[in-house]
Amino acid sequence: MDNRPVLLDVENLQTHFRTMDGVNRAVDGVSFSVRSGETLAIVGESGCGKSVTAMSILRLIPEPPGKIAGAIRFGGRDLLKLSDREMRQIRGNEISMIFQEPMTSLNPVLTVGRQIGETLRLHQGMSAGKAEERAVEMLRLVGIPEPGRRVREYPHQLSGGMRQRVMIAIALACNPKLLIADEPTTALDVTIQAQILDLMRDLKTSVGAAIVLITHDLGVVAEVAERVVVMYAGKKVEEAPVGELFRRPKHPYTQGLLGSVPRLGSSLTGETTRLAEIPGLVPSLKQKIPGCVFASRCPKATDFCVAVAPALEPKAPAHVAACHYAEKEAA
Amino acid sequence: MSQRILEVADLKKHFPIRGGLFGTTVGNVYAVDGVSFHIDKGETLSLVGESGCGKSTVGKAVLRLFPLTAGRVVLNGTRIDDMPSGTLRPLRRQMQVVFQDPFSSLNPRMRVKDILAEPIRNFGLAKGGADMDRRVAELMDKVRLPRDAVHRWPHEFSGGQRQRIGIARALAADPDLIVCDEAVSALDVSVKAQIVNLLQDLQSELGLAMLFISHDLAIVEHMTHRVAVMYLGKIVEVADRRTLFGQPRHPYTEALLSAVPVPVPGAARERVVLQGDVPSPIKPPPGCRFHTRCPYAFDRCRVEEPPLADTGGGHLAACHLNDRPAAANPLLNKAPPTAFRAA
Amino acid sequence: MPDILPDVKPRAGFLGFLRRHPTIAIGGVLLMLMLFVAIFAPFLWTRDPTALAPALRTREPSAQFWFGSDMLGRDVYSRVLYGARVSLLVGFSVAILASAIGLFIGLTSGFNRIADSIIMRIMDGMMSIPSILLAIALMALTRGSVQNVILAITIAEIPRVSRLVRGVVLSLREQPYVEAAVASGTRTPAIILKHILPNTLAPLTVQATYICAAAMITEAILSFIGAGTPPIIPSWGNIMAEGRALWQVKPYIVFFPAVFLSITVLAVNLVGDGLRDAIDPRLAKRL
Repeated sequence: MDNRPVLLDVENLQTHFRTMDGVNRAVDGVSFSVRSGETLAIVGESGCGKSVTAMSILRLIPEPPGKIAGAIRFGGRDLLKLSDREMRQIRGNEISMIFQEPMTSLNPVLTVGRQIGETLRLHQGMSAGKAEERAVEMLRLVGIPEPGRRVREYPHQLSGGMRQRVMIAIALACNPKLLIADEPTTALDVTIQAQILDLMRDLKTSVGAAIVLITHDLGVVAEVAERVVVMYAGKKVEEAPVGELFRRPKHPYTQGLLGSVPRLGSSLTGETTRLAEIPGLVPSLKQKIPGCVFASRCPKATDFCVAVAPALEPKAPAHVAACHYAEKEAA
Repeated sequence: MSQRILEVADLKKHFPIRGGLFGTTVGNVYAVDGVSFHIDKGETLSLVGESGCGKSTVGKAVLRLFPLTAGRVVLNGTRIDDMPSGTLRPLRRQMQVVFQDPFSSLNPRMRVKDILAEPIRNFGLAKGGADMDRRVAELMDKVRLPRDAVHRWPHEFSGGQRQRIGIARALAADPDLIVCDEAVSALDVSVKAQIVNLLQDLQSELGLAMLFISHDLAIVEHMTHRVAVMYLGKIVEVADRRTLFGQPRHPYTEALLSAVPVPVPGAARERVVLQGDVPSPIKPPPGCRFHTRCPYAFDRCRVEEPPLADTGGGHLAACHLNDRPAAANPLLNKAPPTAFRAA
Repeated sequence: MPDILPDVKPRAGFLGFLRRHPTIAIGGVLLMLMLFVAIFAPFLWTRDPTALAPALRTREPSAQFWFGSDMLGRDVYSRVLYGARVSLLVGFSVAILASAIGLFIGLTSGFNRIADSIIMRIMDGMMSIPSILLAIALMALTRGSVQNVILAITIAEIPRVSRLVRGVVLSLREQPYVEAAVASGTRTPAIILKHILPNTLAPLTVQATYICAAAMITEAILSFIGAGTPPIIPSWGNIMAEGRALWQVKPYIVFFPAVFLSITVLAVNLVGDGLRDAIDPRLAKRL
């Protein structure tokens, strides 16, 4: 049993957007929690609401046209009830974020050192000299060679992998308790991705921050996550510890997703079977779906699924899924 | 002996860098620098490598979307690399392309029907309007799209459906070879599986040869027959799928395979993490191009470029380590990076 | 899950259009109004805009002279309404002519490297002269007439359109669908006609609206300094020019044509901005 204290508790999160042709229910009633030092992965395909969930935690959703409801409890406070000023104190300081595209997330006209130092000066009132010292230290921590020279360089002088390391350095500069990483390795090549994933694993032990990892790559999930939330069409459909989820997925969507990725080494084991397809398309989030959101594509779906939305219920120890027909295991 | 569809020998494509007041050439990007391979009927050859290695340039060079710097391209026995574009045009029917981005690969101002009719009309494949309609309808069947969708515009379709239209356009010319340039990379996981299955079905149905350009090694292993690994404009290793994924004979291939995250939690395997970044293709390093990042590099690698040589059984690799006896070759004395078991 | 936002019903028809593209709707209505005024000027309680009335000079706005009368006793209201004809004629003609010629030049230089290097150097040369100066110089070579004003402004606007079209053509040529068309044996003329041209029209239309607005202002400037529309034909520029001397005592002579010019230019720019937002998918996603 995991007895680390709960750091972040998201309850019934709803993030909706007003658009010209209807309300887009991008995230619709998602709950999960993250313990101190834990790595939680939120996985799903594009449009499932995983990135919006991440942005909602930091309140980076423009309101209007967006609106966030529910509760996001972090360190005893509900982030949704804080003023903008208090929220700014939390962003980049207690919770920080890494984005997918390292080139556009860095300011091209400021040196790397300035950008790392800025958060420190802003949140911790460090002097310029002290901030630069710490910036060099941070660059060394994220494995950038010659940090003393690199600290005075501009983003365009760095390669894609280096820029992502700098992003991580900025995110970790203030020793945040929670790091939200939105597809941190998607734009990178595999060998660079391997470097960054290694770095994230190392940093987790040395820095001790909890990580919420947003990704569509099941391989990345298997490598770094401890627990996984699977999202589909704005809802959480399944949650389980990583090993349990990959070995015994309960929700038909998760099962379909796992069956549709080929495994490296498949030619050696001779398992060159056809990939499993999930037929059909993701439903529009602008229509209200009364039943199960996956019913239109589910091989097990019945009339009951179309009419009544399944609740998330425990199917095995620490394993919940939202499906009427998923088998239950005795605890 | 199966029928050879495509033969490429010593293909080079250098892009000049213009600079200065009068736009003189101040250097070259050595995007593709001497690449040779062949593809037979009904066969898939995958070209893998990281961004900037030149794999997409090879695809476009084979399609003759730009003039080549040097080399020989033979399509169905006819040499096309130095052919004037007017003579080449009718031969283009034999090779078609499917691109990565399903959104920019279809003209937004053309209906599906007109998109599919274009190659048919260009190559004079239809006898009259009724035959054209029949052919277009058959193409929709082949890629499992409803026939009545031909009257719709590209923006009315999802990414996966648009990719099907792109495949249908490639099939419209009735080609012998299809170049798939990252054709499934931009798609979502579940849609990717649909398109991979479709491509495999079409290949066995129509006996197509495929040049499958991708950076996704798990997909490549799933659907290819042979694999060529590229690094900085050169092919460093070629072998059939089982050989390459089972026993790589180039350190880059080994590192590439070991870097792929696998969807098996706690998978126990040895990982070779490469240090540093890919050098610039404007100034490729002397000797072996990989020596700056290679964990096994020794003095010879820094001065002498290893040739792409047969290491036995048609397994080609460009690495000096393969000159050593097997017992002294570090590549051969460990478990392959693709062999792992769940913890 | 209960909804946290009130439901939005997609609306069809004019109301829906107004909500989706308010700038196009507002700009369009204003522009229609101006077109109506220009076309039906004789029926809108106007009198002969060139009729002199020496006894009724510089009258303040009144029931007789709605916008007052100028120093020759002419009715400013009638002159302003008739003046709309010149402005709109010049604006639309220049927009259409400059776009058509610029499109041709831009397509040529986007597809032929040799033509490109020659044409673009000429265009660079033309662009180094401010377009208003170029128009003044061209007018100095000819007799003042509306046709010559249109020609002068068109020539001054061509370089910008050509550059725009050339840029669009060069980026479209790299598009995968164009490469796919080349790979499927489409000849170059068909590529230009079916793949390049239709996708150039959208940005070109937006540019045309800006050219239209700029041409109206240039026409007014030319007429204001006496290098444009001949004084017999009322245009907003020359009405203002004539009222300039009396500006401090009789400001209304300048005021009314200025307001009409501003509203028209604003209307055209609103339509242009609206079209740009509607066409540009990145901006169109916003509300």
